[in-house]
Amino acid sequence: MSNPPPVIEVTDLKKHFPIRKGLLRRLVGHVHAVDGVSFSIGQAETIAVVGESGCGKSTVGRTILRLIQPTAGTIKVNGTDITTLSRHEMRPYRRQMQIVFQDPFASLNPRMRADDIVGEPLMVHGIANKKERAEQVAELFVRVGLRPQQARNFPHEFSGGQRQRISIARALALNPKFIVADEPVSALDVSIQAQVLNLMVRLQRSEGLSYLFISHNLAVVEHIAHRVAVMYLGRIVEFADTADLFANPQHPYTEALLAAIPVPDPAMKRTRHIMQGDVPSPINPPLGCHFHPRCPIATERCRVEVPLLKPGADGRMVACHLR
Amino acid sequence: MDQQVNTQDVLKVNGLTTYFFTRRGVVKAVDDVSFTVRAGETLAIVGESGCGKSITALSLMRLIPSPPGRTIAGTVMLDGTDLLQLSEPKMRQMRGNKISMIFQEPMTALNPLLTIGRQVAETLILHQNMSRQAAQARAVEMLKFVKIPEAEQRAREYPHQLSGGMRQRAMIAMALACNPRVLICDEPTTALDVTIQAQILELIVELQRNFGTAVILITHDLGVVAETAHRVIVMYAGRKVEEASAEELFHRPLHPYMNGLLGSIPRVGLTKRATASEHVALQEIPGIVPALNDLPIGCAFAPRCPNAGDKCRAAIPPFEEKLPGHFAACWHSDVGAKVPT
Repeated sequence: MSNPPPVIEVTDLKKHFPIRKGLLRRLVGHVHAVDGVSFSIGQAETIAVVGESGCGKSTVGRTILRLIQPTAGTIKVNGTDITTLSRHEMRPYRRQMQIVFQDPFASLNPRMRADDIVGEPLMVHGIANKKERAEQVAELFVRVGLRPQQARNFPHEFSGGQRQRISIARALALNPKFIVADEPVSALDVSIQAQVLNLMVRLQRSEGLSYLFISHNLAVVEHIAHRVAVMYLGRIVEFADTADLFANPQHPYTEALLAAIPVPDPAMKRTRHIMQGDVPSPINPPLGCHFHPRCPIATERCRVEVPLLKPGADGRMVACHLR
Repeated sequence: MDQQVNTQDVLKVNGLTTYFFTRRGVVKAVDDVSFTVRAGETLAIVGESGCGKSITALSLMRLIPSPPGRTIAGTVMLDGTDLLQLSEPKMRQMRGNKISMIFQEPMTALNPLLTIGRQVAETLILHQNMSRQAAQARAVEMLKFVKIPEAEQRAREYPHQLSGGMRQRAMIAMALACNPRVLICDEPTTALDVTIQAQILELIVELQRNFGTAVILITHDLGVVAETAHRVIVMYAGRKVEEASAEELFHRPLHPYMNGLLGSIPRVGLTKRATASEHVALQEIPGIVPALNDLPIGCAFAPRCPNAGDKCRAAIPPFEEKLPGHFAACWHSDVGAKVPT
């Protein structure tokens, strides 16, 4: 997919949140939420970003949409750099990029009716008159598997899975090319998760959508993603095709993450290696490789020198001195 | 399983029924649920949100907010004493002493104004008549037991100074301080990251082995169940729909609901795809869980069930032993039985 520019191309993206303290709001440090992340997403491709809480995965998603202004780095949409566009200049790009949030209870306005929620993007961007809008909304309802008769209901009248369908319908209203899905199924029951995941895959096929799928659930990621970026404390430590990553993880952190997933099969009890310790604070991340305090194979070099994300065998990228 | 399980029944629950009496009708949160737990055994209760698993646990602890909730029938025998018949002061002597509970979100379950050490010591002072000093020393010992590093230092800290995993360890230390007979864990790892989840589950299993505690594990995560439980109860809409040993249940689910659940979870390493970019759709359970104040007549799962017939929509199927040690409530369990692929 080298000829057309990638739908999204992110280069050396950084986001440092300042920490201010005291009466004078003195700057005392930075949270290094995202610390030099690069990747691209092709058409109809799903890239998953996985990692534990605080690794910066959600910040990556929001920075790409310019919901958060990056500290450094560039974001290109279909080859155009949008990093420094003004609010006004951003508008046409906002139509191409949408987001679905984790909590369908918090991300829908409880005082708006379902059809108004889904139709609002059309109104904001001045597309379609009232009648056309109603038609488009009804069509969106059908596309995401909601009954058009429910259009006048309020969010609380829907179940969690249905609310997430409303979120997806709202995201689809402007025919975007790219959707950031930030933990879209984490708040849902397992039987409902499957419904929403299948819907996302179906929509990707029919509309050629590209997804940035942010999740901590590796089983879900393996199911939906084409390529996976594993993040740890603001940096990508491994980036590979989904099948390769799960079959043969290279980075010790990826290994530990995979080993920690409980397998729904009592016969497959593993003699597993459980990683000890917690994720360090992103305010003062460890020097060198961020992962070295928890790494079973860390050496002296890992404590001082930051490993770069470099292409290894078969085109996968690993940031480790030893692999 | 690998660890020995005593044959002694510690907790016997029979016909537990908890309803909530609300303006919108009677919510049948737990309806005629029975089970036993043996010493050193882990019994998992699984189901989706609203199936009654947490209310079952709270009913055992007699922590149902009343009104509107009331446990209207059943017995909960703990070593021969029916907890449901005890006076409130007597029940208070049991909680945290003979039967303990840990919750999903340790930050809301801990008191933010008291140090960790003081909170662990409190149960010891209350139940074991320990002096404050002795209890503090024992609290530090308990924190070491649950592998909190620098336990003396941590005992003097407040909940917000601990990470999520540490807080859950502190909760476990508190729950086990009096060496209870039964430990109820309500979604103990749901709020934690996977690597921390693995640590906490390992800890619960290890402590159970050392103390011989009977554990009731409440979770929606079938992976957690498969890794830790000996026996499993599946609940749907307030009723027990299936019960079996973990191996049996995962390899031969009889109830179509359990079958559907197993089909709907993506599994690491088992995702089938023809090519790298080809997705195989997950099996869906159509529809949603029915409202507990408006249950369908007959089997509550019938509206979502692929095998449902007229009989299912007319009468609640009895909960019976379909295979040795394997119980299910389904008119068509012979149809539902198939090995998940």
